[in-house]
Amino acid sequence: MATTVREISLNENMTLNFGPQHPAAHGVLRLILEMDGEVITRADPHIGLLHRGSEKLIENKTYVQALPYFDRFDYVSMMCHEHVFCLATEKLLAIEVPKRAQYIRVMFSELTRLMNHLLWLGCHAFDVGAMSVLLYAFRDRETLMDFYEEVSGARMHANYFRPGGVAKDLPEGLTDKIAKFCDEFEKHLQEYDNLLSNNRIWKQRTVDIGVVTGDQALAWGFTGAMLRGSGIAWDLRKSQPYECYDELDFDVPVGKNGDCYDRYLVRMEEMGQSIKLIRQCLAKMPAGPVKAQNFKVSPPARDEMKSSMEALIHHFKYFTEGFHVPAGEVYVAIEAPKGETGVYLVSQGGPKPYRCKLRAPGFAHLQGLDFMSRGHMLADVTTIIGTQDIVFGEIDR
Amino acid sequence: MHLEKHLDLEALKAIQAHIDAKQASHLVSSSIDCRELNLVCRKQFIVPLLTFLRDDKQCQFKQLIDISGADYPERKDRFDVVYHLLSLSNNQRIRVRVQVGEGVKIPTAVDVFPCANWYEREVYDMFGVAFEGHPDLRRILSDYDFDGFPLRKDFPLEGKVEMFYDEAEKRCVYRPVNLAQEFRHFDQVSEWDGVGHNAHLAEEDKPFSMNDFTAEVKK
Repeated sequence: MATTVREISLNENMTLNFGPQHPAAHGVLRLILEMDGEVITRADPHIGLLHRGSEKLIENKTYVQALPYFDRFDYVSMMCHEHVFCLATEKLLAIEVPKRAQYIRVMFSELTRLMNHLLWLGCHAFDVGAMSVLLYAFRDRETLMDFYEEVSGARMHANYFRPGGVAKDLPEGLTDKIAKFCDEFEKHLQEYDNLLSNNRIWKQRTVDIGVVTGDQALAWGFTGAMLRGSGIAWDLRKSQPYECYDELDFDVPVGKNGDCYDRYLVRMEEMGQSIKLIRQCLAKMPAGPVKAQNFKVSPPARDEMKSSMEALIHHFKYFTEGFHVPAGEVYVAIEAPKGETGVYLVSQGGPKPYRCKLRAPGFAHLQGLDFMSRGHMLADVTTIIGTQDIVFGEIDR
Repeated sequence: MHLEKHLDLEALKAIQAHIDAKQASHLVSSSIDCRELNLVCRKQFIVPLLTFLRDDKQCQFKQLIDISGADYPERKDRFDVVYHLLSLSNNQRIRVRVQVGEGVKIPTAVDVFPCANWYEREVYDMFGVAFEGHPDLRRILSDYDFDGFPLRKDFPLEGKVEMFYDEAEKRCVYRPVNLAQEFRHFDQVSEWDGVGHNAHLAEEDKPFSMNDFTAEVKK
């Protein structure tokens, strides 16, 4: 049987369909690349293959029922997304969170940051061609997931934070395990640094690739490490501190050149700073309640229900009807591992949100893929996707 | 509060007064609710207002963080298009809102903030609010030939079609949604509590009268 082969002339532009099944497409990215030879002239990401309509679903759920959807937005940094929704609800309710709960939440946010950055590091290196980092990074991620399991019973979709605090206090012995992990992880971080930072191939693949200037980063709505890598010192934990971040001491690493290598260095240093924060949380964590002592908005203790009629009513109302949130609208943002994650929450009174919009950092970053990859080679596109730390759960929502 | 310890309400009021003074003709109203600054803008002036907020020396809202929509079907201009801006130098946030009716277009903000491109595509995809002058107003999150605007309040939660693999045709096909069990909407807000909520029920709820009862029985 004769096959026809179309001849491609050397100056003809080619359109390449990258993904959605490509291993470097981080899930379900479909990228239409227009190329001149091997040079990208235009990149058009087609997103939405993971769109689950979570925002619509949340409008039909009570605030407590809506919380698990936030685990599933960015399924690599779960608790950070729970955190932003809890903060938004608390702002509408105007309730205060006990100190111990604040420290627990900050500690788990930082553990989550480590989890996210480890996955980013492993996948980024894997996309570029270094296989071993992925395996090492997942070793540490495993321990972090065990911490998740200890507090919530689930390894990934924890559903641990609550408006007004956290679901349960820390189990006995967990703080010692986390302290031990911090010591071990510091050595491991040094190992990752040794593997990559001065690695000739790694530098060839990342230095001067995907350069973003400070002005570009601002204009395109970049946040997090994508902004700091371009030399703009902006971290919501420092500039707009929430919870107890203002009581903790940490530094914000800033890049210089805005290329993939600088963003790599920024995120590596962030991991070191996270360890510092976790240690401070462990040292400073006070004793006390872990949820707001206002039983209209948080469930009463289990044993109290056996003797107190009021506690029983509160429990029943909390888990059936949910709590009523005063009408109003708020926008609350946190420094999630990927950048500024925000929730625009509209309440019209009643137990369900009227509108809940998640501001995903990856959405803005992926939009910038076009200008970042223009003029680069095809192989650099995977590096740029890696450096943007793309996760489709939050982009497609 | 454990939130917004950085917030300087006086500075926020100052910036509100500044914007009110300079941009009065473009604004419908401005207010500070929940410690956040809200502006409501006339739809045709959204581009000059955003440009002012970005370039003015005192405002410096250099970053467009997000554009989101919201649907209020009972209103005449049923859609809100909400712009969230961030000023890094002043450490302030601002919310600008435009209200539009169905089928009315808003000028695009792509020329002011390039990142508005995808945000506006998303608002168009979810609510059907079109942006005039947008370079590439395609759907973004929903499927290529999707019908309807899912985040409108009158769009059913279950959707209209579902996709599955057709063994006979050997491809994925769409079919109208057929749920084995209806989605259960629990209306938790009781009709029976609170005065004033149950007025329409009171008419049916006549007190028992022996005469009516005997008349009923005789029939």
